[in-house]
Amino acid sequence: MTAMQNVSLGSHYAVHLPAPDDFAFWRERARGLIQCDVPPDRVSWIEPGETGDLFAAEGPSRADKRLPPPPADAPPVRASQRFLTVARSAALHSDPARFALLYRVLWRLQRNPRLMEDKADPEVRRLEELAKSVRRDAHKMHAFVRFREVQEEDGTPHFVAWFEPDHHIVRAEAAFFMRRFANMRWSILTPRGSVHWDGEVMREGPPARREDAPQGDPVEALWRSYYASIFNPARLKVGAMLSEMPKKYWKNLPEAELIPALIAGAQAREAAMVKAGAREERRRPATLAEVVQGAAACRDCPIAECGTRAVAGEGAQGAALMIVGEQPGDQEDLAGRSFVGPAGQLLDEHLQTAGIDRADAYVTNAVKHFKFTWKGKHRLHQSPGAKEIDTCRWWLDAERALVQPRIVLALGASAARGLLGRTVSISKARGAPINLDDGTELWVTAHPSYLLRLDGAAREEQTALFAADLAMVRERLAELAG
Amino acid sequence: MAQQSLRQKLEILADAAKYDASCASSGTAKKNSLGGKGVGSTEGMGICHAYAPDGRCISLLKILLTNHCIFDCHYCINRKSSNVARARFTPQEVVDLTLNFYRRNYIEGLFLSSGIVKNANHTMEQLVEVARILREEHDFRGYIHLKTIPEADAEIIHAAGLYADRVSINVELPTTAGLTRLAPDKNAGQIEGAMGRTKARIIEAKDERKRFRHAPRFAPAGQSTQMIVGADDASDSAIIGKASRLYGDFGLRRVYYSAFSPIPDASAVLPLKRPPLLREHRLYQSDWLMRFYGFAPQEVADAAEADGNLPLDIDPKLAWALKFRESFPVDVNRAPKEMLLRVPGLGTKAVARILTSRRHRTLRLDDVARLTASIAKVRPFICALDWRPTLLTDRADLRGMLVRKSTQLELF
Repeated sequence: MTAMQNVSLGSHYAVHLPAPDDFAFWRERARGLIQCDVPPDRVSWIEPGETGDLFAAEGPSRADKRLPPPPADAPPVRASQRFLTVARSAALHSDPARFALLYRVLWRLQRNPRLMEDKADPEVRRLEELAKSVRRDAHKMHAFVRFREVQEEDGTPHFVAWFEPDHHIVRAEAAFFMRRFANMRWSILTPRGSVHWDGEVMREGPPARREDAPQGDPVEALWRSYYASIFNPARLKVGAMLSEMPKKYWKNLPEAELIPALIAGAQAREAAMVKAGAREERRRPATLAEVVQGAAACRDCPIAECGTRAVAGEGAQGAALMIVGEQPGDQEDLAGRSFVGPAGQLLDEHLQTAGIDRADAYVTNAVKHFKFTWKGKHRLHQSPGAKEIDTCRWWLDAERALVQPRIVLALGASAARGLLGRTVSISKARGAPINLDDGTELWVTAHPSYLLRLDGAAREEQTALFAADLAMVRERLAELAG
Repeated sequence: MAQQSLRQKLEILADAAKYDASCASSGTAKKNSLGGKGVGSTEGMGICHAYAPDGRCISLLKILLTNHCIFDCHYCINRKSSNVARARFTPQEVVDLTLNFYRRNYIEGLFLSSGIVKNANHTMEQLVEVARILREEHDFRGYIHLKTIPEADAEIIHAAGLYADRVSINVELPTTAGLTRLAPDKNAGQIEGAMGRTKARIIEAKDERKRFRHAPRFAPAGQSTQMIVGADDASDSAIIGKASRLYGDFGLRRVYYSAFSPIPDASAVLPLKRPPLLREHRLYQSDWLMRFYGFAPQEVADAAEADGNLPLDIDPKLAWALKFRESFPVDVNRAPKEMLLRVPGLGTKAVARILTSRRHRTLRLDDVARLTASIAKVRPFICALDWRPTLLTDRADLRGMLVRKSTQLELF
């Protein structure tokens, strides 16, 4: 009987595949059927455990009809490289119609060898889609398999995972895990079969159940901590997560049980962060008097809660020199004026020696309230923190914008930070002007209270440096005025 | 203070690392653990092992070695003046964590960065030491991304590149003025100098490998960088301009854009309001337009609105098309590839499919629909055998027709 007679008799063939992912077997049979010129509608492809379609079920006599040997003069069966690549993946799909579709496309390829290029063809498109979803499933398997460690009787670690793939990909993807974990003993158990690697040989096993896999691993607690900590609650994008990690995978991911709580808590956490950083929305003061009132009412940092008053700056709007100290001290707080304590007196002496009239300058502090701790009955000065200085900068900037000095003299590191926004070393910054963003010259020197704390030679040396700094500022003022 | 447990340290140092957007584990040399002593493989394509509810993928164990830092950058949670809890890993602890996570298939590898302790060289040496133990003592063949510190000596950065798949240096802010104001301890010249040296080393190593098969690899996945968006007042046009210069000058694989987000204990200098996350997305889209769609930086900037920012309600490609309507409709059966790539709604894959399909048939609208994700978006801008968008591209309300109605996400 020749192939042509086969067709004319209307024979129907049923091919029983030994395994749902046996592409090599399909390829072999498909080649024979094409050579015998059997059209696609006369072939049924039956997976193990399936009964097949109507024709196949009619009776063993017709269904199991053996395929005749292909005629000697049958032309070789051809398929493009692209078809082979796509078909290898598509054959693993769980769609029962995949082998029939593969055969239909192979059949058409014999007449149109470039069929695979026609991406708008519905059958080519469908085949590409099958292949794509198998590739995606494989990719998700690479990503979402989670091994749990168990100790074997001989003491060696064995890593076991439970995974539920959508398609018949386990055997095909075992190689990926072998290349990655070549020197580990591992098993991947799935409802579609299992694979085991002992470091040298790959074995295949029957389908498994979830209970066959270990139920936990101590490292998972660390992994969950990592997952919760790397999540940024200020940028919730649940949709983006779900599109890449659909809920169907969650039950086998140890970290996924945290997701609902993380989402539920996110908005509260972000709101708390924003609130903690929130400053009162306020308009920039238009007069120095408004600065005084505003600073007195300001509660943006904890210093203001100490029960002290805000000490205002002193001096004329339009003063060429602005002198900035750190913060009011005990006596300044009581008097309500800047630089009236011991450090203020020392400053006054030096200004006089340098030939600068304090009455011509605007004198203020980087931080407006007095920060202290109680020591017995005394209020002991405490330096403001960087954040407090940065917060109070709002008022200092407002003063500077109103006074518009030509030169700002910062006394000490806190004052310098209030003007620059960064901490500088006095010894490196002193002696030369720093240009502020509006072009004002900033001169940095030590705080007079620093001189008060020194003794002997060190005090003499620092006093000389301080005096030299003031002299330079005086000279520069004269230059700018001239 | 009581001794911190490993878990507490991990929480602090992962929390401190999450503001680095980079997560890529792709594009490196192929390697696997067959014939080796350890674990690990990289096969070109990156793998995202989990996704957090912020939509970001978790591919690498992204942590800091320590979040102690001598720098005081205002946008950074780890700056010297922040009150955040501090912790410090030993190199061996990072190695053990990486291997334990890797063996369970949680991660593709390690992305290690650090706050600056003592000085830049000391910190960089510690980072390199982690990579060295992983590669030399454990024969680890997974992915390693090391953040390099521009202030460190060139030899130490070189050693980093020999162990790592990718190295990166953050430019942090799109403008030098912004950097001076918000990261006063950093220096734009120094950052770009280090990026330039790294580029030179990558090219050199590639060249050596062409001639000597066993020449050492140097950062086979190249270098990348990150810019913070919305912490200063740089416009989208300025950011795009900066990014294209970075791609051009330093041969970067990626520029990451990270929308500035509120951090605990924020500096008083920072803006209170965060930029919309959508802005970051639009910048990535324009980045793609430049890298894969043949748009020049100036053309992307043309799509921006008068203030230099890209529109948020539509993507930059659609914005460009609406501004330059005279270029449309494009005939899917005749137009060259460059023009097809300009059609809003057609991606690079759809364009490739159209180009091969049209050799076999004259495309109708139905055919195009099978080749693209959404025909509705494409339709106003193309002609097919049976389709001509009469007057559609001239309609004043076309933009309104194409803007997707935005909806608030539901909690679940």
